[in-house]
Amino acid sequence: MAEWIVRQLPALVILMPFTAAPLAYLLGAKFGRPIALVSALLSQPLALLLAIRVSRVGTLRYEVGGWGGPLGIDLVVDGVAAVMVLVTTVVGLFVTVYALGYFGDRERYRFFWPLWLFLWGSLLALFLSGDIFNLYVCLELVSMSAVALVGLTLSREALVAAMRYMLAAILGSLFYLLGVALIYGAFGSVDMQTLREVIRGDTTGQAALALMTVGLVLKTALFPLHFWLPPAHSNAPSPVSAVLSALVVKGSFYILVRLWVDVAQTAAFPGASTVLGVLGATAIFWGSIQALRQERLKMLVAYSTVAQIGYLFLMFPLVTGGGPAAADAWTGGVFHAVSHALAKSAMFLAAGTVLARFGHDRIEGLGGLSRRAPATAMTFGLAGVTMMGLPPSGGFVAKWQMIRASIESGQWWWAVVVVAGGLLAAAYVFKVLGPFFGREPEAMDEADLDPGPSPWTMEGAALALALGSLVLGVLGQPLLDLIMVSAPALVAGVTP
Amino acid sequence: MTWETTALVGAVGAPFLTAVLIFALGEHRDAARSRINLAGAALTVVAVVAAAVAARAGAPDAYPSAGIALLDIGFSLRADMLGALFAVVAGVLWLITTVYAIGYMSRASDRARFFGFFSVCVGSAIGIALSANLLTFFVFYEVLTLATYPLVIHSGTPAALKGGRTYLTYALPAGGALAAGVVWLNLIAGPVEFAAGGSLDPALASTHPGALIAIFALLILGVGVKAALFPLHGWLPAAMVAPAPVSSLLHAVAVVKAGVFGIARIVLEVYGPLGHELGVTQVLAALAGFTIIFGSVRALAQDDFKKRLAFSTVAQLSYITLGVALASPIAIAGGIAHLAHHAAMKITMFFTAGAVSEEVKAYRVSEFDGLGRRMPLTMTAFSLAAIGIVGVPPVAGFTSKWLLGVGSIDAGSGWVIAVLGISSVLNAAYFFPIIHRAWFRTPKPEWAHGPAAGKPEGDMRMIVPLVMTAAIGLAMGLLAGVALSPASWAQTVAAWEFPW
Amino acid sequence: MSQTDLYTLAGSTLFVIGLYGLMTRPHLLHKVLALNISSAGVFFVLVGIARRIPGTTPDPLPHAMVLTGIVVTVSSTAFALALAKRIFTETGTAALDASDVDVEEDAGG
Repeated sequence: MAEWIVRQLPALVILMPFTAAPLAYLLGAKFGRPIALVSALLSQPLALLLAIRVSRVGTLRYEVGGWGGPLGIDLVVDGVAAVMVLVTTVVGLFVTVYALGYFGDRERYRFFWPLWLFLWGSLLALFLSGDIFNLYVCLELVSMSAVALVGLTLSREALVAAMRYMLAAILGSLFYLLGVALIYGAFGSVDMQTLREVIRGDTTGQAALALMTVGLVLKTALFPLHFWLPPAHSNAPSPVSAVLSALVVKGSFYILVRLWVDVAQTAAFPGASTVLGVLGATAIFWGSIQALRQERLKMLVAYSTVAQIGYLFLMFPLVTGGGPAAADAWTGGVFHAVSHALAKSAMFLAAGTVLARFGHDRIEGLGGLSRRAPATAMTFGLAGVTMMGLPPSGGFVAKWQMIRASIESGQWWWAVVVVAGGLLAAAYVFKVLGPFFGREPEAMDEADLDPGPSPWTMEGAALALALGSLVLGVLGQPLLDLIMVSAPALVAGVTP
Repeated sequence: MTWETTALVGAVGAPFLTAVLIFALGEHRDAARSRINLAGAALTVVAVVAAAVAARAGAPDAYPSAGIALLDIGFSLRADMLGALFAVVAGVLWLITTVYAIGYMSRASDRARFFGFFSVCVGSAIGIALSANLLTFFVFYEVLTLATYPLVIHSGTPAALKGGRTYLTYALPAGGALAAGVVWLNLIAGPVEFAAGGSLDPALASTHPGALIAIFALLILGVGVKAALFPLHGWLPAAMVAPAPVSSLLHAVAVVKAGVFGIARIVLEVYGPLGHELGVTQVLAALAGFTIIFGSVRALAQDDFKKRLAFSTVAQLSYITLGVALASPIAIAGGIAHLAHHAAMKITMFFTAGAVSEEVKAYRVSEFDGLGRRMPLTMTAFSLAAIGIVGVPPVAGFTSKWLLGVGSIDAGSGWVIAVLGISSVLNAAYFFPIIHRAWFRTPKPEWAHGPAAGKPEGDMRMIVPLVMTAAIGLAMGLLAGVALSPASWAQTVAAWEFPW
Repeated sequence: MSQTDLYTLAGSTLFVIGLYGLMTRPHLLHKVLALNISSAGVFFVLVGIARRIPGTTPDPLPHAMVLTGIVVTVSSTAFALALAKRIFTETGTAALDASDVDVEEDAGG
């Protein structure tokens, strides 16, 4: 039995939410809640076991249904995939616990549970996909469930934001699929392991990579293609915002990393990685400045996501040269994705608690919040530490690696961007924390609306995520090691 | 775990654990919070003293240590004699400050938040003291930066928020510079552990001279803000909007000394002789000398009592910086001893400021006429601390200044004598008028007959601590020759720090 | 120019036409249709690729991909239309930005 479970782990971890999703739909809100919770809890040991297994034996390959390539679907689990599965599962659990309190058993939100579980499964399937066509299917699954979740409240703003998101998402997927078609036409395979050997930097290869990159950049909301993100992430119900910012944008980014650092690395235009880096740096500045200008908490947090996504793209110019700089950039980039996932979900959940309790999220009306909702103010502050990249937080470890990679590769200007970006993040984090620690607003009409403390499960789940992002800063070494397990040749320093 | 490592981890862990418990207790359980806070502080004192004992037993190269893997350096603690001195100062003064703060904050709001973050700050300061390498140091250094912010803006007034913003505007970019310096240094020199006499390979001075100078500048920029080195000192007077216990323990001891302690670690235990070879410590010494004069002159002009004390702190911190930057074991001993001496004297003065403002609502020096009659114990303690800072024997300040003076001649930097002389005159010029006003000017009528009959001169939870710290300051001076005094301890440490 | 290249070119042209429509037409129905045209272009390319080696049996794998793609497109179109209809009921216009144009009249009811 134990041996069977270990062998089937890659499939089991995906099947858990995919099985729970239709059950939650068929049985309605009343049973959807416990089903989601049970699925979330059972997923934890599975993801953990998967991570431990990968760290022990290296890459796992699993042929779904025993078909094998080229017609069957293969799941491939290497270090980075295991890390993404783990972070999805952990964030997923706390978001689920939070959502139990946030949505209650209100009938109008009954679709949250199946959609969320479906999104969860789709994300895991994406991370474990071994071929680029299956990745397309997973991308679409992720997008469709995410769009539906954005529109969940059926408010005007949410519907329009969902539509905008949907159009961008479908267009991004089509760009990607066109690239897949060109690659299959030219190189005769969609399996990533095979492609790694055969892909060339000819016109077709370059065109395909360019098309896929445009599509994925649009889905990851890299500046200047971020227009759809702030409305979608800020108008969605907060547990959904948390998942979107923490995990969904990382899905398309994950594919980009696979392509650029590994599979299609030979097809990259010279200098193209610098372009991605420059766009990332611009995103950091633009997103942070926009965040500073927001008056609503959730909009501020959404623009913070635009900025933080920028850091992920600094990985590309830093890995191209190979060597120790590439390893540092690789671990730094992935670690940033992980710690941002924890901290950003914590921030959105905290914003959700505020919104649910006071009926608004205008920053100027939230003075003295640390008095009225200390745990929520603390959550926001601790998550802010990761946004700023200060120790002891996962964000710090990530930035440490990025600064290291910049100096090692002789591209010190990226280090300047990383440090300056941290200071800008401090500006928008303290724009919020200042009032939180300050006095209550003079006209306290919203105090009348205050129905008292939120359920402790909500505040607790958000705080746990924020603490998690901090703990990574001190106890993150095992995760750093896992990221390097079966890392791409460029990064691991082995000649392919 | 041996008792040595238990003490080491406990010294850092106890304040953080206290903080967690305080946050968990919430706002309204005052009695339980006070008990936990006092117990935590007492436990910390036991742990830091035990760590110091262990450090002394293991000196000079078998210090107890503990750590976990993190990045390429590791997150690790070590109880060495230099660190133990700072840890004991921070731990003991925390216990005294806790008593004071319970009295001072008894009518204030948000007490859970206040005492929670206060404990975090002390834990970080002790962590800074007991860090074994630059990465660990940096982690605690930034925690201290962040945890101080809620304390600075505690009252929540627009003025407090402005002070907090000023503080962050200085502290956060400094953190960025420090991070860049630490990463860069690790790339060039490999994992840098602190070691008496410097840990850098001497060959680096010829292979990477430019980079080493740039890194030194980044590191000093990083720690120089907390050390209030000119021109990075501007946040300190602005941070005086904080409640008195914060000004007392954090802005006279934990936070600012974390900065100068960082300078000591970097100059003595990272760069060592390379600093003099590259010429960077000479620049640092000159900057410190200028800051001493600058701070003293600015203090003269302040009527606001706390601001005058703050500028005095700016100047006094640079005594420590100056001492470690001079190439002489005697000067180094003077600098390190002043770290402890100044702590005891300046905390007494800030305690005084808080006690006076709470009891008689006097905030300006010009309101102090005849205060000695109204609050005799308080003003006696203050006067004792003030003459100590000026450098009058036998109070502690004299010992450190003496060592600094002798050391500067030993190091061949005679100009320091002039700086010390001018500064002592200036110190007298800004402190003696306060003493004069308190004791020799005609008091307000309601003060003339002392405290109301049968009543103490103030909240005893505030008066007793400040008398204790004044006594500690006096004892440190009187007993400077005794084996375990900070001055002797500093001389022992300095001998290892300067073996070249 | 081989047959496959011709298909690739034609498919890419369709893709670009769809992209143009998506960016210029404010009406949501037009946008959804434009995306359908783009996907048709991509499928066209895939179908053409199946015959990339002349004289051999067509490769079935791209056909399988097109089938999967059609399934995905049909469902996402249905979803997009439902969303557009809901937006129309809620806001009275079928555009992302109500100030864009009078979309009601060319909505065709």
